[in-house]
Amino acid sequence: MKVLKLVSRNTTRHLLRSFLTVLGLAIAVMAFAVIRTAIDAWYAGANASSPNRLVITNSISLVFPLPLAYKEKIAQVDGVTGLSWAQWFGGTYVDPKNFFPQFAIDDSYLDLYPEYIIPPEQKQAYLEERSAVIVGRALADRFGWTVGDPVRLTGTIFPGDWDFIIRGIYTGREETTDESQWFMHFEYLDERMRIEMPPRAGQVGSFIVRIADPNQAAEMSARIDGLFANSLAETKTQTERAFQLSFVSMASSIVTGLRIISFMVIGIILLVLANTMAMTARERVSEYALMKTLGFRPVHILGLIFGESLFIAAMGGLLGLIITFPIKNLLAMAVKDFFPVLRLDPMTMLFGLFASLVVGLIAAIFPALKAVRTPIVDGLRIIE
Amino acid sequence: MTLLLNYSYRNIFARKLTSILTVFGIALVVFVFCAVLMLSNGLSTTLVSTGEDDNAIVIRRASQTEVQSIIYRDMANAIKADEAIAKDDNGTPLVTSEILVLINQPKRGTDEPSNVPVRGVAEMSIRMRPEFKIVEGRMWQPGTSEIIAGKKVAESFQGCGLGETVRFGMREWTVVGVFETNGSGFESELWGDVDQLMDAFGRPVFSSLTMRLADPGDFDAFKQKLENDPRYTIEVMREKDYYEEQSKFTTIFINALGVTISIIFSLGAIVGAMITMYAAVANRTVEIGTLRALGFSRRSVLAAFLIESLLIALIGGTFGVLAASFLRFVQVSTTNWNTFAEIAFSFELSPQIVIDALIFAVIMGFVGGFLPAVRAARFRIINALRAK
Repeated sequence: MKVLKLVSRNTTRHLLRSFLTVLGLAIAVMAFAVIRTAIDAWYAGANASSPNRLVITNSISLVFPLPLAYKEKIAQVDGVTGLSWAQWFGGTYVDPKNFFPQFAIDDSYLDLYPEYIIPPEQKQAYLEERSAVIVGRALADRFGWTVGDPVRLTGTIFPGDWDFIIRGIYTGREETTDESQWFMHFEYLDERMRIEMPPRAGQVGSFIVRIADPNQAAEMSARIDGLFANSLAETKTQTERAFQLSFVSMASSIVTGLRIISFMVIGIILLVLANTMAMTARERVSEYALMKTLGFRPVHILGLIFGESLFIAAMGGLLGLIITFPIKNLLAMAVKDFFPVLRLDPMTMLFGLFASLVVGLIAAIFPALKAVRTPIVDGLRIIE
Repeated sequence: MTLLLNYSYRNIFARKLTSILTVFGIALVVFVFCAVLMLSNGLSTTLVSTGEDDNAIVIRRASQTEVQSIIYRDMANAIKADEAIAKDDNGTPLVTSEILVLINQPKRGTDEPSNVPVRGVAEMSIRMRPEFKIVEGRMWQPGTSEIIAGKKVAESFQGCGLGETVRFGMREWTVVGVFETNGSGFESELWGDVDQLMDAFGRPVFSSLTMRLADPGDFDAFKQKLENDPRYTIEVMREKDYYEEQSKFTTIFINALGVTISIIFSLGAIVGAMITMYAAVANRTVEIGTLRALGFSRRSVLAAFLIESLLIALIGGTFGVLAASFLRFVQVSTTNWNTFAEIAFSFELSPQIVIDALIFAVIMGFVGGFLPAVRAARFRIINALRAK
């Protein structure tokens, strides 16, 4: 118990230094947690995907469409319990920088995605009007849209100006649901293509299939792809999760970079703490020698040094987690256009705390060795 | 003054471990800061060098990228006949119409698929890009399913190396050559015969036209004429501007991310420097008293400690920049968010980045050293001399 008392007294001896060290650690732990949260944000789409949905795209790449006529054949595959299709619209709203995902969807699409919650009367209004759109809550907030607002988009893939009316605003059932999307009628798009660019009508970007048994996903994917093998538009069928992960892999070098940096942060924690501990031990060599003379065992001295280091590390870790929340919210505001979902994972927080404690142990090793190894006589001889 | 400088400098070596740790911390921060700047610089350098100064590029209005652009043959032919386009000695106009599509190909080593741009080109395309040269294998034979691969695609994608085959558009394509274009963005593309590719993709339309103007000074007039012509729905850009535009999203993203991370890191380093300097002041109270008793002014003492802290920061900064300069040999590839195509580039150091990084280090040293130096300067001589 004496040791504990000594530890707390020792920590407060240089109050400013201990405070600065705790602050340094807190900033680093916060940085670690925020970077990890950003990494998780890349995977938000994959984590929100449902195991019983398959996505069918053109096997060459997403740029190429599939004929709408495929729907008959796909619907007949055993185990398919729902089918819809969507086309990436990719228009710009006022300025190309205002990016958000826009999908032209068949009416059946909303049945496949029960996680998008739309008030029934809004959904009805959407279904009854060609140029109606449903937007996510986050997207509506971003541009200050409300139900009934007219919105004009300029097409990049489908040329021209397009006029829409917002008829519904959906919210996510889960915390992980993306609320930044825009859904318009596929029919509205296709009709205009039939008039202006006939070859481009009747083409969809992807089919979405609901399957009865998620365990059958691999067999069913192979069966669907088999239907269209050696045709002009071969298909590639994947689970929704795999489809979403393919976007993450596009950014794999950025994600890897972030991972490396998140561990470098821990390196910084170590430097700051080791620096403080080295100083502390240097200042107290003669003290330790005196304690040894009084009969304290090396284990007590070790307890003192490790205790102080761990105490500071724990304080820094805790403070870091506390300041993570406001900073995370700031980041969420800044990047909400890129990452609609930013969630702090409890595992990340635990890991941050754990890492700072490990660093606390490592930082104490050198000073501890030095203190234990210094012969009493040498220790007493030091005059500061 | 020399004495003070010497004093600051030699004090750094008086407590080796602490100084080394602080230097290392600052070096780490500067390294990350540098790496980020080099990364975005590398990306824009690669893309900007893809365009030629006096070339113009035509894509469909509002399509933003070649990938989404569609230009029909009749429109392409009408534009090609324009008088403003330069001609070679034989009177052939220096203009080329190309198709660009993305194909999904697994990367080597990971099996993760990513998008590779495939460009359908004609003989004129190669003549208009003087930096183009085949480094391995040969050119494709006309009328066959042969393609050539940019050096970076050949290295990083399955099936794109010399002698390998890629399957798309219901055909197997054999890579018969590997080409370089001085490190520009084309090295991240597969090239093939434009007619063969249009046929395979079932896309009888071009993505873009690239032309050399007879008089580069005429660009603005040429742009006005074409964009206001009611027959066309196109936009005309200088090729360099077009490719620079292509790096916008990703560059903004990398910079925003990097600056945020650097700021957070620098706070950690500043705290480290502060701890070091406060300890230095506390340990040298008697010394400070002695200096003041000898007649050194408060200002000199302040300067001495600030200089010490700045020196530590500069040493750290220099190490950080040195370490970062080795990143030039690292090749990165990521998806360009403007085009969704994979692009390979390297970390690119510039004098500006070196200066910025050192300034950044000095700022950290100043902020970290200022308060402790003020404290040292404010000691009362009598108390300072009395300290243990």
